Amino acid sequence: MSALRPMGSERWWVWLFLLPTLLGLALGTFGSIFATIGLSFTNWDLLTPPQWAGVDNYADLPAGRMFTKAFWNTLAFSGLYVPLTVVLSLVVAIGLNRRIKGIGWFRVMYFLPAVCSPTATGLLWNWIYAPDNGVLNAAVTAVGVSPVSWLGPRMALYSIVVVNVWGAIGGGMIIFLAGLQAIPKEYFEVTRLDGATAWQRLRFVTLPALAPSLFFQTVLTTINAFQAFDYIYVLTSSGNGNSTMPTLVFSIYRSGFRFFRMGDAAAQAVVLTAMIFALTLVYFRLQKKWGEA
Amino acid sequence: MIRKNKADWAAFLALSAGAIAMVGPFIWLISTSLKPMAEQFDMTLVPRHPTLANYIELFHIMPFHLLIWNSLKISAISTLGQLLTCSMAAFIFAVVRFPGRNVLFALLLLTLMVPAQITAIPQFIIFKFLGLYGTQAPLYVPSFLGGAFGTFLMRQYFQTIPLELAEAARMDGASLSRIFFTIYLPLAKPALAAFAIIAFMFSWNDLFTALIYLPSDVEKTTLTVGLALFQTQYSGHWTLMMAASVISVAPIVIAFFLAQKHFISGMAMTGMK
Repeated sequence: MSALRPMGSERWWVWLFLLPTLLGLALGTFGSIFATIGLSFTNWDLLTPPQWAGVDNYADLPAGRMFTKAFWNTLAFSGLYVPLTVVLSLVVAIGLNRRIKGIGWFRVMYFLPAVCSPTATGLLWNWIYAPDNGVLNAAVTAVGVSPVSWLGPRMALYSIVVVNVWGAIGGGMIIFLAGLQAIPKEYFEVTRLDGATAWQRLRFVTLPALAPSLFFQTVLTTINAFQAFDYIYVLTSSGNGNSTMPTLVFSIYRSGFRFFRMGDAAAQAVVLTAMIFALTLVYFRLQKKWGEA
Repeated sequence: MIRKNKADWAAFLALSAGAIAMVGPFIWLISTSLKPMAEQFDMTLVPRHPTLANYIELFHIMPFHLLIWNSLKISAISTLGQLLTCSMAAFIFAVVRFPGRNVLFALLLLTLMVPAQITAIPQFIIFKFLGLYGTQAPLYVPSFLGGAFGTFLMRQYFQTIPLELAEAARMDGASLSRIFFTIYLPLAKPALAAFAIIAFMFSWNDLFTALIYLPSDVEKTTLTVGLALFQTQYSGHWTLMMAASVISVAPIVIAFFLAQKHFISGMAMTGMK
């Protein structure tokens, strides 16, 4: 790709234009990562000077009741949320990728939850899931089933997954639609002439052509899954900083920003980041393997 | 509506069912917000005695006008910071060749994988020691330090602008900043609009950052934190809560209906490679 070669005073402009980004990278991202790793080896309440703690913060993690719960909840949540979101948004995108009049309205409706703040729609879901006289329990009792504690310890995981998937389908759908619309029409016409069934068209034309967006969408959805916070805060937290379904991000929030245990929060943040990096690496390995096959 | 065949019919029915699941909660939200308190457990879709009382009472309970103003202000400043600093970097990445360009861009994309929580802890400590804890500054200052998503998005767009334009202006003695402000930025209006909407939406909807820095000061905090506080104080008052929820989604939903194309193209660009 051709580009301008900066001459003389233009070099100043180049670095001046890049300055905010460079500062952001140095301080905001990479500096912060190193600082967090450093902090994870200390105990610091921000009032008294930090104290060296060695690996204590990491060693103590498994004993912390919230951390252990949060760790497994994060995995269970991601295990359900990622495939559901990716598959459902793909299905909706394929369904909406046709020329029917009024299809634009469908796209708007499916996209609507994705633009709203999870905090605000979280209030609404609280009302839907409310234990006494909530919308869902009113419906359930109307058909003769006893009310369910939707956000109680037994059901919270599934209820939270439903809300998060509801909020995420729109975004995924838009990305898959863009991918679908980039597939040349001729591909489909050829298969139509060959008498291919709808299933064969999906299997041999649509999905292979969508493979790149499918891959990136899966990676992004996984990263988002590990960072899910808003709905969990609004729907499951109680006044004393507990939650019926804490995730790692919730636990980091609680340790670091509610109780100001910076070292403990930093150690959890390092674990979370390591998990995200490891999973992303696995995805890229898998993609390489499939790409070669 | 023109329907071609059975498959289209089946798709239409399935899509309608799905659309009801997506939009149904919103209809219920509006309906509940218009019911008098005494009828909040009425499971009727159309309120029997529709009223705006909940909306009026809201503003007596909590300074919602301040919360809305704070969110507007913080989101507007953040959006401005993102638009400016991301397009500046994007312009350089798209137009200028300089040593280390590819490495730097790769590093920038790598940050998409870094969860906000790992950077939030040291940032919190820095802001606290700068005496900015409890102010709005930490909510918008970081927006002036660029960002992977916006830089990537704007670079994609700048690359579609023919380089000859920049070369010709340069022949005439225009500086890089002049080329950026008089040629590239005006030509990138569609991308800027899409990016502005997405950036505004992210900032408007943000809960985590606001919760960290302004957890309880209703004079200074954002609408999202205000809503979360409101929820804990008025649990069980569903009609009030639904009115509060309507008020906070309304601006974004109205913007969405007015500028659907920009919303959707902005979102579509997040998935571009």
